[in-house]
Amino acid sequence: MNDETLMDVRELEVQFRARRGVARAVDGVSLEWRRGEVLGVVGESGSGKSTLARAMLGLVPSAAGAVELEGRAVNGKASLGELRRRVQMIFQDPYQTLNPRQRVGTIVTEPLIVQGVPRGEHEARVRRALEDVGLDPERFGGRYPYQLSGGQRQRVAIAAALVLEPEGLICDEPVSMLDASVRTQILAVLGELKRRRGLGLVFITHDLSLAWALCDRIAVMYLGRVVEQGSAPDVIERPQHPYTQALVTAVPVPSAGGGGRRELLSGELPDATAVPSGCRFHPRCPRRFGPCDRVDPPLIATGGSQLAACLLHDPALATEVQAARGD
Amino acid sequence: MSGEQAGAAVEVLAQPEFGDEPGTVRELLLGTWRGRFGLAVVALFAFMALFGKAIAPYPPDASSLDVLAPPSIHHLLGTTESGADVLSQVLVGARVSIVVGLAAAAISAVLGSTVGLVGGYFGGWTDRGLDALENWFLVIPTLPLMIVLARLLNPSLTVLIAVIGLTSWAGTGRIVRAQVLTLRERAFVERARALGAGDGYIIRKHILPNTLPLIFANTVLIVAVAILSEAALSFLGLGDPTRISWGTMLENAFESGAPSAQAWWYVIPPGLCITVLVLAISILGYLFEEHVNPRLREHG
Repeated sequence: MNDETLMDVRELEVQFRARRGVARAVDGVSLEWRRGEVLGVVGESGSGKSTLARAMLGLVPSAAGAVELEGRAVNGKASLGELRRRVQMIFQDPYQTLNPRQRVGTIVTEPLIVQGVPRGEHEARVRRALEDVGLDPERFGGRYPYQLSGGQRQRVAIAAALVLEPEGLICDEPVSMLDASVRTQILAVLGELKRRRGLGLVFITHDLSLAWALCDRIAVMYLGRVVEQGSAPDVIERPQHPYTQALVTAVPVPSAGGGGRRELLSGELPDATAVPSGCRFHPRCPRRFGPCDRVDPPLIATGGSQLAACLLHDPALATEVQAARGD
Repeated sequence: MSGEQAGAAVEVLAQPEFGDEPGTVRELLLGTWRGRFGLAVVALFAFMALFGKAIAPYPPDASSLDVLAPPSIHHLLGTTESGADVLSQVLVGARVSIVVGLAAAAISAVLGSTVGLVGGYFGGWTDRGLDALENWFLVIPTLPLMIVLARLLNPSLTVLIAVIGLTSWAGTGRIVRAQVLTLRERAFVERARALGAGDGYIIRKHILPNTLPLIFANTVLIVAVAILSEAALSFLGLGDPTRISWGTMLENAFESGAPSAQAWWYVIPPGLCITVLVLAISILGYLFEEHVNPRLREHG
């Protein structure tokens, strides 16, 4: 951690009791989120990225590990309250996140009431938050959610998150439920907030091209673990983990992947109750070799800003890797 | 599923809910024949409850020598075994029936929604305990329980209200609990928690407002049940002996042998009042319930 760190996630584990045993939704994730930085968390459905977002705000209990705000562990009511004041969250489905019986004005005022902001400041702050997301307070303040479009709802949700003037905003798939045209508007609003207010974002998405366009750094998750992380250009243009490579070549990102061979993944994402032995990706990995089904790889530096959890980059195994390539 | 279909699906979910638009309740009451009928009957009886004493032609307990007289110009609905005017008693009796109905339903609504909200929201052992209590009240035959409770206490209006209220909340509790179980998983509740809102705040501002229409519809039905229960208890002599209600009228009629004396005018008016009022309130209650719970509607 350094002065620039807003939040630190350390070896975080979240487990759910499922019918067939314990699902390890988040299985030892460490992340650093710097001030004013847009950190992308990319992965398929079921990779644990949404659970990670919830665990960062204490919305689901963690089984192990720690969440830190500016280097201080978040545990207990007081620190959790502070975290939830300084870091806000936006959810995926704008049709579900707004209480159907509250007017827009009430929805945006609510965070101020909950956090005990003096009543005198409410009106001005609510107005500013609505204006920041491009909604006219006069026109929209008295409306109910059912009178709004999806994009307008999501903007109300963003306004409600901004009204506390947070330092960080965790966005869980904020545009995946929206039409393409509306999507651009919402992304523009988020980009503007980052520029003007220096707001840091955690941007959770399954859309690699979106992460590439928006993020400073990217962490790729697979089955509850970060398998690769680094600066967005590095990760997208020179992916080091076979999983990221497959994702990159599968998505039509212009100029990404260097036009290399297409590696389409076979099989499905395994169940989080049955994490494969060794490297959790090995059953689907096109480049697996000798030790992959036995050794669980840590994140290994691969040069530059990048880290990848892949034995191909383990210097101790260099000769075996060579041999495997020779086949 | 294509984007368009997904959009259509969420639009359906985003339909305004009961009470969102000020027009819906009025439309419901005035726009359907069931609503109009229910409203008219309830208004008529409400008028009786408010002004029955004032418009009654005789004091309801004024006895005369004209005992069990059939309807005539002087006594439009005949007289009782003590020579009192049946019409006057019916008019005055409306107040007790309706007051007991409303007050008992209010107690039941408060008890049922509290138990449902607390159990459904907190879950765990709290819920299991409250659920067991609810099941106990649901399974036990209500009328015998009411009779036992009313026997144990001195008959009075307050006892009557308390006994009916205490025995009729379980259904409300169950319905509220089921609704809360789905509400607490809704994203707007999670959003409130992410803002730092506590349980009390979430229950008051997010869960309760979204269960109120359901509680309301259910309570209207409980009013009908409570009026019926009041009549039953009073008929069994467990009502307030100092007040005239339709139930005590029926009791007096049967005690005095009015049915065997062919004195239909003594039995039919209070019986018909109970039946028509309970019917009208039930119709309104089902109307509201169908509106709150679209699954109960016949055709989507």
